[in-house]
Amino acid sequence: MFDSLSGKLGAVFDRLRGRGALSETDVLDALREVRLALLEADVALPVVKDFIAKVRERAVGAEVLRSVTPGQQVVKIVNDALVDALGGAGAVPLNLNAASPIPILMVGLQGSGKTTSAGKIALRLHKDKKKVLLASLDTQRPAAQLQLQLLAEKAGVGSLPIVPGETPVQIAHRAMDTARREVYDVVLLDTAGRLSIDQELMDEVRAIREATNPVETLLVVDAMTGQDAVNTAKAFNDAVGVTGIVMTRMDGDARGGAALSMRAITGAPIKLTGSGEKLDALEDFHPERIASRILGMGDIVGLVEKAAAHIDQVEAEKLAKRMMKGMFTLDDYANQLNQISKMGNLSGILGMLPGIGKIKQQLEGANLDTKIIGRQAAIISSMTKQERRQPEILKASRKKRIAAGSGMTVADVNRLLKQYDDVSTMMKRVGKMGAAGALKGMMPPSFGPRRPF
Amino acid sequence: MALGSFFSRLKQGLSRSTQKLTEGITNVFTKRKLDDAALDELEELLIGADLGPRVAARIIDNFRRTRFGKEVTDEEIKSTLATEIAAILGPVAVPLAIDPGHAPHVLMMVGVNGTGKTTTIGKLGQFYRDLGLRPMMVAGDTFRAAAVEQLQVWGQRSGVKVISGAPESDAASLAFEAIKHARDERADLLLIDTAGRLHNKSALMEELRKIIRVIRKQDPTAPHSVILVLDATTGQNAVQQVRVFKEMVDVTGLIVTKLDGSARGGVVVALAEEFGLPIHAVGVGEKLEDLRPFSPEEFAAGLVGN
Ligand SMILES: Nc1nc2c(ncn2[C@@H]2O[C@H](COP(=O)(O)OP(=O)(O)OP(=O)(O)O)[C@@H](O)[C@H]2O)c(=O)[nH]1
Ligand SMILES: Nc1nc2c(ncn2[C@@H]2O[C@H](COP(=O)(O)OP(=O)(O)OP(=O)(O)O)[C@@H](O)[C@H]2O)c(=O)[nH]1
Ligand SMILES: [Mg+2]
Ligand SMILES: [Mg+2]
Repeated sequence: MFDSLSGKLGAVFDRLRGRGALSETDVLDALREVRLALLEADVALPVVKDFIAKVRERAVGAEVLRSVTPGQQVVKIVNDALVDALGGAGAVPLNLNAASPIPILMVGLQGSGKTTSAGKIALRLHKDKKKVLLASLDTQRPAAQLQLQLLAEKAGVGSLPIVPGETPVQIAHRAMDTARREVYDVVLLDTAGRLSIDQELMDEVRAIREATNPVETLLVVDAMTGQDAVNTAKAFNDAVGVTGIVMTRMDGDARGGAALSMRAITGAPIKLTGSGEKLDALEDFHPERIASRILGMGDIVGLVEKAAAHIDQVEAEKLAKRMMKGMFTLDDYANQLNQISKMGNLSGILGMLPGIGKIKQQLEGANLDTKIIGRQAAIISSMTKQERRQPEILKASRKKRIAAGSGMTVADVNRLLKQYDDVSTMMKRVGKMGAAGALKGMMPPSFGPRRPF
Repeated sequence: MALGSFFSRLKQGLSRSTQKLTEGITNVFTKRKLDDAALDELEELLIGADLGPRVAARIIDNFRRTRFGKEVTDEEIKSTLATEIAAILGPVAVPLAIDPGHAPHVLMMVGVNGTGKTTTIGKLGQFYRDLGLRPMMVAGDTFRAAAVEQLQVWGQRSGVKVISGAPESDAASLAFEAIKHARDERADLLLIDTAGRLHNKSALMEELRKIIRVIRKQDPTAPHSVILVLDATTGQNAVQQVRVFKEMVDVTGLIVTKLDGSARGGVVVALAEEFGLPIHAVGVGEKLEDLRPFSPEEFAAGLVGN
């Protein structure tokens, strides 16, 4: 897997260390890494180029060149620019400022998640006490209209009766008539998937738009989309004027570069994200989060939020101080294990951490799972205070005693010590980086609350 | 399917999807020296076709070594590049082998959500029925709304029987029963549809493994084919999809869908290099007949716009 961008930039600048001030070429080297990271994340090439040009303008300023930690400076500049490009901080809600019934049109490629997202939006609006009508204009895909009808039932909203033989435009008219007659607040119009190069179907969706004059025209896009995002964005925007983007399958592990492409090409905000197949898996879009995801730096904000809920602040600060002094004992390790297991799935958490790709691999290689964490904690608790502070005194007889005391084998004890060694080496290295704390040293200063982990 | 009509249809599907790239290459390379700037632009064209920055860079480095500084025409550069890519894809162009002797040959269709599994099952049903086999389809997606009805429509269109269970019922037991059923009715090919699932959801992947375990109680050699369906619009994440599905359910081959669109599916090149899994077929439309064998030459020529 990719290492994080901050790690890569760190490497670029490591090579340059000791050469005094950085030159413009150095910054360009760094930007090459940024370019690569964006392309690996599936940001479309023309969008990458524009973006890099913008960042370069900002980065070639004196600040980066004189900065003590140029790698982090560049990461920060890139991150900030990315957040800007994605629409700036905060979510943009659906526009419901219009006279009822408010038509919302769903468009997109085949299988992008239009029908499911229509169901999700319906459920959300229903919970907000809106009277919602779902109407399927999809006369193409087998059982598409039935699919939407079943989703409407699940969401507890109305659905337009299915009349076989009608054209999409006829259905659109009937939907609006029904909504007016039965006093619906919102009409969600789901359409068939269509290719951006299918002129006939693009004309059809234009006709639907003209017939209904939607307040929102939402382009539904799969977060896994590659370079084709540009074509899709352009074609749909030209045909129907996209007012908002819905990014689906954010629950996958794609880095979601399509978000940037979509935003850049259409200029429309990303309004919602899909994070699962169930109807409640709909979330507001947070540019900050996807920015770090695109950069391969993990969902730092998400991590901090999660950590905040679970981490013992005092303990964490103590640990950070000790690490800065290059200290990391078995007690600290036990503490870490405890924190980690409190935070749930280990690899999930590690995946969210910046600069930790390699360590994650090592840990995965060591088959460290939450069960093992419990066992390791048990082993450590069978040690004396002195042993925990100076693990180097642990020779055969002590190991045997500890193994017996914790119900494990000597091999288990050895494995623990080996892993402690690995982690401790890493931790000490992090501590030495001299930043103001543990892993937060790897995070650009702009990332929310400073909380070591 | 007849070879001639296959080529012309594929060309038709691919040509639209590659028009842009063709234009690009045409603009860049008409009577021009292959210098760094030209190579950079060529590399960008490959990146734009979803080959990914690393694979694109490597292919271009090859070019740099062998033909740097030469005066090249548009035509030459296109065909050389196509040949290069076709050579990478050659080994993975392996037709889907169905052995009716398994009575039935059990094929499972897997993949992330919305890639085209159900549609492709429908197409395969028609294709093998036309070949004179007795296929049967299993509506193994018991989760997604109207997934069963969707496959039933495909069954009606092709005259292939669809076996289904109650909504929300257990897909593994349905598959188990379906094999019995297929034997009773002397079907020789059983096409099992499964619900879309993201590869990073371990519980859902485990569920897929369970289907396989249960199937093996009926036939220890089954499933005989596990086909991963990839959407050509997908970018670099396809690599991760293949890696995980292969590890979890021993994928035996790939089918790439939606190649009739503007996406070019260039990530397939990286997949061929990294995993070497057969690519059996490509989807080029939403109709029953829109499935084609995978041809490396046509695909590569399409990629570079020849
Ligand atoms: N994991 C995940 N799956 C999703 C999400 N949104 C939709 N899906 C799934 O994606 C698949 C396709 O969704 P649909 O809503 O049918 O897509 P569509 O765009 O309406 O498809 P067509 O009408 O055929 O063009 C289904 O399996 C959905 O359950 C999401 O946010 N996460
Ligand atoms: N243009 C085009 N559309 C396709 C192709 N294959 C499938 N589709 C369309 O893609 C959409 C999704 O196809 P499905 O067969 O439902 O996909 P699936 O993988 O079964 O989806 P889930 O079961 O929800 O995961 C439908 O609208 C299909 O008509 C293809 O080769 N070309
Ligand atoms: Mg739909
Ligand atoms: Mg399906």
